[in-house]
Amino acid sequence: MTSSEIPILRLGKILLAGLLKELDDKTAVLFADELSRQVSTVGAEAVVLDITKLEIVDSFAARILVEIATMARLLGARVVVAGMRYPVAITLVELGLDLPGVETALSVEHAVNMLSQPGGSRDG
Amino acid sequence: MTDREVMAPGQVSSLQIRAEEDLLAARHAVRAAALEAGFGLVAQTKLITAASELVRNCYVHGGGGELVIERLVPPPRAGLRLTISDDGPGIVDPDAALVDGYSTGHGLGHGLGGAKRLVDEFHLDTGPGRGTTVVITRWVGR
Amino acid sequence: MLGDAERTREEIARVVGEQRDRIVATWVRTQEITLAAGGAVDGDELREEAETIISCLYEGLAGATPLDQVATRFPPLRNAVTDLSHRWARLGVSATAIAGAIFALKDACVQVLADEISDLGLRLDAIELTNRLLDGAGLLTFQTYVDSREEIIQRQNRQLLEISTPVVRIWRKVLAVPLIGTLDSGRAQIVMESILQAIQDNEAAVAIIDITGVPTVDTAVAQHLMQTVAATRLMGADCILSGIRPQIAQMIARLGIDLSEIITRSSLADALTTAMRMVGDVWPVEEKPSESTFSNVP
Repeated sequence: MTSSEIPILRLGKILLAGLLKELDDKTAVLFADELSRQVSTVGAEAVVLDITKLEIVDSFAARILVEIATMARLLGARVVVAGMRYPVAITLVELGLDLPGVETALSVEHAVNMLSQPGGSRDG
Repeated sequence: MTDREVMAPGQVSSLQIRAEEDLLAARHAVRAAALEAGFGLVAQTKLITAASELVRNCYVHGGGGELVIERLVPPPRAGLRLTISDDGPGIVDPDAALVDGYSTGHGLGHGLGGAKRLVDEFHLDTGPGRGTTVVITRWVGR
Repeated sequence: MLGDAERTREEIARVVGEQRDRIVATWVRTQEITLAAGGAVDGDELREEAETIISCLYEGLAGATPLDQVATRFPPLRNAVTDLSHRWARLGVSATAIAGAIFALKDACVQVLADEISDLGLRLDAIELTNRLLDGAGLLTFQTYVDSREEIIQRQNRQLLEISTPVVRIWRKVLAVPLIGTLDSGRAQIVMESILQAIQDNEAAVAIIDITGVPTVDTAVAQHLMQTVAATRLMGADCILSGIRPQIAQMIARLGIDLSEIITRSSLADALTTAMRMVGDVWPVEEKPSESTFSNVP
């Protein structure tokens, strides 16, 4: 079984995946594998992960996000995590996890805008 | 299935951690109990995250075990107490395990130390060969 | 034939029903004396309170609720007692005086029961039962009093925190949080939560935290500020810290706190200019904004 059950949409050179329900560890790992395969075959320039629906991001999930970002960078793509809920952000900071190498955006819309601007990094 | 069970004040419920799926079930059970106990959104998230770290440790390092959810009612205060225990190999150096960055398995090594920061009270009882028991408590309206 | 308990209950109900006016009058008289000093509750109100409670007591006695639970479980009487406690507590009547009022009601009832029931055994039973019933009511007033005080304290706490942490939308996608007064860890935590929630609710890109009105910054507070900035970034927004006065800057330097990761500006006006540039807007007027128009605002 190779599919992670998380649909990955392709918008030009951007891959968009919505993490709609809580991930178990196995699904998260399968998803990271699937995503790296697609980044490579599509030649994606960016990956947008919508985590608006995630109520919990623990150290394991954070590690997966960082791994996805590292992997994507090696393949020449940026990774934007969009829509983190504020309790999740507070909890991650308190855990001491600040997702190094991961770009963030308020929503998928913001993420896509950010990526479409020339040299558009949020931090200018 | 105990994860939708609504607990009355002072009640105790328990959940076996035997399979990967039990990690999600444990989170759901803690969320339901936290909602019932009247925790705010941020406190709820912290408690569920702490439980998630500890239950994963219990499954991955301890070979499975049990989660006990206990609803604390006044006096003195309302809160939730979670006991996560396993009969695994135990932790050789508990002090080192609580320092960020220490990890013998997966994750970023924030499991124990991180979970400790997310709750009001944290108790670790472990040693080589005698399993690991972690008791965490969070009070409502801190 | 009725059981003893049933008979006692009927007898109490009869006496309380028949002697209602006398009980009320006795009670109002004692209460006027005890409450006279405060002058919080006047005679007419007292009469009304007494009549309500006695009616509910009578209903409770005539109803099916077990006798020893009439005060705590029979909703009309329970409500009448808790209402009285709430109202008097708000008027500033002490917990002792409120419980005292219920005990005085008990005395008034016992007195008429003693006068009106001729059978000695029945009289003793009736008095004992009434005592137990109204003692329960007395305890209930105390619990209610504590609860209502607790509620007031909680509400005031919340209001105080809300007043002290206003999150204002000052520009498209820009929030400002002027902090005033000492920040302790607890308050810093709440400030952090309100800022982050406001960012989420408004989809704000930049939040400016202005600490012009904060007298001191210690390590713990600086830690909280840095955590707030980190959490803001995880959400996809940014944070600017403004209004760091020279003394605070010195303090931060002396404590060895590293704020280099944080965008800082000396005034709220500067921070706003930076924030607008960050969200892709420019200051609407040509010349550089005059700093004095902002910094003169107390």
